[in-house]
Amino acid sequence: MSKAQPSSDRIPMNLRTEALEQLLVERGLVDPQVMDTFIKTYEKDVGPLNGAQVVAKAWTDPEFKQRLLDDGTGAIAELGFKGPQGEHLVVVENSAEVHNVVVCTLCSCYPWPLLGLPPAWYKDPAYRSRVVREPRTVLAEMGLELPTDTEITVWDSSSEVRFFVLPQRPPGTEKLSEAELAALVTRDAMVGVAQVSA
Amino acid sequence: MIEIQPASGVADMGGDSGWGRAPIIDPDEVVFPEKWEGRAFALALLSMRVSGSNLDAFRHAMNRLDREHYIDDGYYGRWLYGAENLLLDSAIIAPGAVEARAANIAGGHVEEPPVPESSKPDYAPTAGGSIRQIDAPRKFSVGQRVRAKTMNAPGHTRLQKYTQGHVGTVAIVEPAQILPDTHAHFIAENAQWVYTVSFDSRELYQENTENFTLNTDLYEDYLEAAS
Repeated sequence: MSKAQPSSDRIPMNLRTEALEQLLVERGLVDPQVMDTFIKTYEKDVGPLNGAQVVAKAWTDPEFKQRLLDDGTGAIAELGFKGPQGEHLVVVENSAEVHNVVVCTLCSCYPWPLLGLPPAWYKDPAYRSRVVREPRTVLAEMGLELPTDTEITVWDSSSEVRFFVLPQRPPGTEKLSEAELAALVTRDAMVGVAQVSA
Repeated sequence: MIEIQPASGVADMGGDSGWGRAPIIDPDEVVFPEKWEGRAFALALLSMRVSGSNLDAFRHAMNRLDREHYIDDGYYGRWLYGAENLLLDSAIIAPGAVEARAANIAGGHVEEPPVPESSKPDYAPTAGGSIRQIDAPRKFSVGQRVRAKTMNAPGHTRLQKYTQGHVGTVAIVEPAQILPDTHAHFIAENAQWVYTVSFDSRELYQENTENFTLNTDLYEDYLEAAS
């Protein structure tokens, strides 16, 4: 067993975190302002709005969409999105025939530059364990009932490749602008547990 | 001498049953529901640097946690415990230091252990990130049948147990990357090709199962040719 897991009297996590922060900050090993910057970056700046821009552009620009499917990392960098957990991005396209859904069974790997930090459901052991065994049932429990003739492909991250789902463009959105389309795209659709609706 | 501490096994949960119903999506979820979670997130990222360690070592530091520490305090709980493991491994902090400080913050008067002499790993990556340019030829090609090996090594691996021993087809050749199994233990980068392999669900699970395709990106060392 690991060294850090002895105490049976559990220390509340807020106290435990504060204790570790004090120990590192008072020795100059960690700068609390750098911590603030990391936190603010993922609270305010990097989140699913990035991914939604990629999706809306792919829906309205066929050449961009082709580049996105051929070289996800390069096409996404055109929009300025890169950084930790985005070293190599593979984009998979949902269609009436095939539905893609992403998981990381071993931890919770997730394309941070496009979607920010993972939501609670993505980190839930029930999702991590079951979506690679009974994805159709798991998706239905999460509110996505797929037609029985839609094939399902599950992508489980093992290496530093990060998978990102290009959802289907909903019908009736032909007249919408790229910005209006982006506003429809949800985080959950870009992981594959939901579809985009108009 | 490199001390390899085994994973507890709890993190490798793909295909397991017993974790209950699928989660409910909360569309209004905030990034850090509790303030300490943001602090733990940032501390963990910085602890990798402070301890002279790396992302693979951090993942293994979490995989070493027992079920209680891995699960009960959630995702950022295990990040914090994982960060503590890295800092203890490199003797940046002493065993008991966090507990003693927490007691003192709470109004106690506990003697805190002295700061130890640090012992960071004598190891550094050859470049940033995980992708490397390598000259080695690819051992496998798209369309080839491959079997995920059965691995019994005690240390870190990214080869999920539910894929082990099963045969799939190479779907994508991914960029060459450093091997977590050795990088996590500060042994070597072992940069090698990675392949996204497609498995048929009926190959993975013997009993009646849903019909679907499972794709996962596996390192070359995890695979062997299958007929």
